Amino acid sequence: MPAACVALAVAFLFGAMIGPAGPAWWRVPAELLDHLPFIRIDSGATELQSTVLWEIRMPRVVLAGIVGAMLSLAGASFQGVFRNPLVDPYLLGVAAGAGLGATLVFVVGRSTSQSWPVDPLPLAAFIGGLVAVLLTYTVGAGFGASRNPTTLVLAGVAVTSLTTAVQTFMLQKNTDVVRQVYSWILGRLSSATWGDVRLVLPYVLVSGAVLLAHRRLLDVLRVGEDEAQSLGARVDRIRLTVVIAATLGTSAVVSVSGLIGFVGIVVPHLVRLLAGASYRRLLPLSILAGAAFLIVADIPGRVLSDPAETPIGVVTAFLGAPFFILVLRSRQSEAR
Amino acid sequence: MTSLTFESISVKYGESTAVSSFTDTVRPGEWLCLIGPNGAGKSSLLRTVAGLVKHEGRILVDGTPLDLRSARRRAALIAHVPQSPSLPDDMTTFDYVLLGRNPYVGYFGQESKHDRSMVHQVLDRLCLEEFANRRLGSLSGGERQRIVIARALAQEAPIMLLDEPTSALDIGHQQQALELVDTLRREHGFTVVSAMHDLTLAGLYSDRLALLHHGHCVASGAADEVLRAETLSEFYGVSVSVHHEPDGTVVVIPRRTAPLA
Repeated sequence: MPAACVALAVAFLFGAMIGPAGPAWWRVPAELLDHLPFIRIDSGATELQSTVLWEIRMPRVVLAGIVGAMLSLAGASFQGVFRNPLVDPYLLGVAAGAGLGATLVFVVGRSTSQSWPVDPLPLAAFIGGLVAVLLTYTVGAGFGASRNPTTLVLAGVAVTSLTTAVQTFMLQKNTDVVRQVYSWILGRLSSATWGDVRLVLPYVLVSGAVLLAHRRLLDVLRVGEDEAQSLGARVDRIRLTVVIAATLGTSAVVSVSGLIGFVGIVVPHLVRLLAGASYRRLLPLSILAGAAFLIVADIPGRVLSDPAETPIGVVTAFLGAPFFILVLRSRQSEAR
Repeated sequence: MTSLTFESISVKYGESTAVSSFTDTVRPGEWLCLIGPNGAGKSSLLRTVAGLVKHEGRILVDGTPLDLRSARRRAALIAHVPQSPSLPDDMTTFDYVLLGRNPYVGYFGQESKHDRSMVHQVLDRLCLEEFANRRLGSLSGGERQRIVIARALAQEAPIMLLDEPTSALDIGHQQQALELVDTLRREHGFTVVSAMHDLTLAGLYSDRLALLHHGHCVASGAADEVLRAETLSEFYGVSVSVHHEPDGTVVVIPRRTAPLA
C-alpha cells in the first residue's frame, strides 16, 4: 500500500513536469509547493508558464488519474462479480454501449445540446453502457453463465458486435459526425479542463464508494455462487449493485476520456501478481495503481509526435496488448 | 441442540424428479446419513436444506419454517460442505475460514475482532494454525478437507450438512475427517446430515441411515436394518455380503460375480 502511494505520487510529479510549453521541469515541484497553503516559494516560472501548468497540464494529469483509477477499479470489480479474471468493461459491452449512447447524442445534435442545462453526453453513455451490460448479463444468464463464466464473455462479444454494428450503421447515415465520434472514441484527455474533472467526479465518487464497500463480499463470491449463497450472501443483489456501480463509473469516465482499453484488465492483474488476489487489498490498490498507470501512459502521447498528440488509447493498447498476451501465457502454463 | 424436519420435500429439475416427497425428522444431535446410488437425490436433498434448490414442501428448523428466514439467518443455522468445494488457489487458509463468518457481518460491514479470534480458535482446534497464512493451492487433499470443515465450524451453525465429505480422500484421511466430525458433533451438539457412498463408513459413524432410490426414501433406520444384502442388491444392483462384527459394526463387502479364473 505505501509503495502504491509512492508510485502514484511519482507518477503525478512526472505527469506535471513533462510536456511542451509550460515551465522548465525542475521549476514544477517548487511551483506545486507554492500552491500549498502556508508555503511560499518563488518557482521562477513566468505567469504564462504558471497558467500552462495549472490550467492545461494539471487538469489533464488529475483527469488521467481519475480515469485510470476508475477503469481499473471497475475492471477489478467486474472480474470479482463475474468470477472471471479475463472480463473488463470492454468485454462485457459497457464501453461499446457507452459509445453507442454517445454516438446517438452526436447524431441527434451536439450543437443543440450546448443550450441544454446539463451535458447529455455522460448520461447517454451511462444508459448505453448499462443497457449493454444488462443485455450481456441477461443473454449470458439465459445460457447458464452462472455455471460457466466463459458464456458471459461470449455473450459480451455478441452484444459488443451488435452494438458496434448499430453504431457503424448510424455513422454511415450521418457522415458529418464521424470525425467527432472518432475523436471521442480515441479520447480527449489532451484537451482536459477542470470542467471535465468536475463533470466526472460526482459519478466516480459514488461509484467508487459503492464498489469499495463491496470488497469483502467480492471475497465471499470467490468460492462460487452456490457456496456464497450458502454462506448467506445474496449473490444476485450483490452482482446487480456492483454491475450498476461499475457501469456508472466507467460510462462517466469514458464520456470524457474516450474509450481507453486494457487499463481495467492490466492493472488489476499486475496488482494481483504483486499483492495477492484478495479483493480487500485488490480494490484500493487498483485505484492507486490505475491512476499512476494512466498518468504515466499519458506522457508519451504528449511528446511522441509533438506538437500533435498521440491518443492515449493508442498508448495503453501498445503497452497493454503485449502485457495481456503475457498474462494469458502465464495462466496457460499455470494450468498445465 | 437443533432438530431438522423435512415435510414432503420434492425437487424437480424441469421434467425429471430428483426428490419425491421426502419426509423425515432428524433429532437434535443426531447424525443422519443419506445413502443410495448415484442420482438418487442425496445431493439435491442437502442442497435444498442449504437453500440452493427450489423445492416443494417445507423444511423446519426447531419447528420454524426455513423459508421465513433471511439468507444470513439461514446460514447461521445451517453449514453446508459441498461435494467439491471450490478453494481459490491464491486465497490463504485464514481468509478462507473467515468466509464462514459472513452470516454475522452486515452487508457493508467488516469482520470484527471477535470474528477473527473465532477463526483462530477454530484453526487451533483443528490443528491448522500453522497453515493460517499458507495459500490453499499449496495444501494436500486431507488438509483441504479439514479446512473446509473448519470454515463450516466457523459458521457456528447448529446443523451441518456434509455432501460426500470423504470421497476424495484415502482411507486414513477418510477416517480422520469422519472422526473429526463425530468429535465436533459430540462437543458442540451438532445435528449432522451427510451423503455418503461408503456404506460401511456410513453405518459406522451415523446414528441412522436413509436409503434413497430415484428420489424416494425406500428404507430408513439403524445400520443393521438398512444394510441388508437383499436390500442393497435390489436398489444398487450389486452383489454384496454383509458381515456383523461383534461390536455391532456392519461391514458391507462387494462380491466378485465372475468366476475366478
